[in-house]
Amino acid sequence: MNAVRLSGRATLRGLRGVGAVALFTLRGLFHLRPFRPRLLAAQIFQIGWLSLPVVALTALFTGAALALQIHSGGARFQASDVVPAIVAIGMVRELGPVLGGLMVAARVASSIAAEIGTMKVTEQIDALVTLSTDPIGWLVTPRLWAAMLTVPVLVGVGDIIGIMGGWLVGTQSLGFNSAAYLANSWAYLESWDVISGLIKGAAFGLIVAVSGCWYGMASGRGAEGVGRATKSAVVAAAVGILAANFILTGLFFE
Amino acid sequence: MIRIEGLRKSFGARTVLDGVDLQVGQGESMCVIGQSGTGKSVLLKCILGLEAPDDGLILWQGRPLDRHARPRFLDSFGMLFQGAALFDSLPVWQNVGFRLRQRMSDQKARGIAIEKLARVGLGPEIADMMPAQLSGGMAKRAGLARAIADDSQVIFFDEPTTGLDPIRARRINGLIRGIVEETGATAITITHDMDSVRAIGDRVALLQDGSIAWQGAVADMDDAPPLAGFLGKETT
Repeated sequence: MNAVRLSGRATLRGLRGVGAVALFTLRGLFHLRPFRPRLLAAQIFQIGWLSLPVVALTALFTGAALALQIHSGGARFQASDVVPAIVAIGMVRELGPVLGGLMVAARVASSIAAEIGTMKVTEQIDALVTLSTDPIGWLVTPRLWAAMLTVPVLVGVGDIIGIMGGWLVGTQSLGFNSAAYLANSWAYLESWDVISGLIKGAAFGLIVAVSGCWYGMASGRGAEGVGRATKSAVVAAAVGILAANFILTGLFFE
Repeated sequence: MIRIEGLRKSFGARTVLDGVDLQVGQGESMCVIGQSGTGKSVLLKCILGLEAPDDGLILWQGRPLDRHARPRFLDSFGMLFQGAALFDSLPVWQNVGFRLRQRMSDQKARGIAIEKLARVGLGPEIADMMPAQLSGGMAKRAGLARAIADDSQVIFFDEPTTGLDPIRARRINGLIRGIVEETGATAITITHDMDSVRAIGDRVALLQDGSIAWQGAVADMDDAPPLAGFLGKETT
């Protein structure tokens, strides 16, 4: 009986948490008045532009490693020629969005949680309220939209760089002809492969920003509270991205 | 102007405010004193709507300060936070002119911000500095400039001298008293610094065990038995 009660309580607590995060997300997304283009632009720069180097490097090395793996694995059943197509499909559908999302999670979720958490413990969020400004509209909305808009762009750029990483390895070390490699890369790629990856990017961007904002707003007191919020935001964003990737892949391709 | 009736607030099993009754008249400067952890800041947060009271009423200009009336209240309100709470990402003038920028051009808001900075003794060269570049005393004064930037009718001061040396604390107290007299604003100061009370307040209320244990004119506080221990602690 006790076990039933405990699991019931845990379920209710979990559902309450999910509901609270869902409401927080909706409030954040639709708190658009007054519209603050300057804040949105600043966040697009912070989340999008400044994440570009890390996403590009991740994509480059992933595409290159993927080409080596597929070449050596494909050699077992005489299918080494599929390297360009598999690298392209693998990057665009799966690795580009997931690794790009995870890199943004590591960089952005932590920085959002730390910034908002510090603002909370130094009473800057209370100060916003006393200045007739809703902290959700000021802090959360621009970050949510900026992440949703920029992560798909980062994913798109990462896809191209990842394919080029495969091309570099393919042509320089695996003996592929450059033109044939590129032609094979595009030949098997469908537009839905690209679009689904970009949709995933938007979803992952939202997950990253919500995690950062939620844990930042819920941050405890002092440096320890902010540290805990930062860690929780990154873990939640990473797990959320992997879970959402599984669900979206099932929806898009099954 | 502000009346608080039977305000109660608990956190779990811990009762912080247990029936607080307090009235602050128009243009009056009220100091709320009490030892650390007696609920002074919680009282402030309840008035601001940052904490929801469990019971009791907060009235502003005779009407309950509910979620419909609070935006209008906040529009005529300024606050100096204990740590100044300047926004790290904005230069000083944008902090001071934060609310002004929502309804006027940046140029005009900047002009007013620089005027208000001058009022608290900070020069125009401070305007473009970031809060992290200011000393504690300067940040406090910039916070004070922000509190008065929009000619607020009600101003709260939360521990205005905490963390300042005696000279800077005296300067801040003098500035606050001058501003309150000059603007005719209603002021509520939360403090445990009796020098602040003497410098800023018209009246004083002692918050103890969750309720107002004594209130009266600042001139009478030396003869008030409930304050004796408190004053003694402050003077030792």
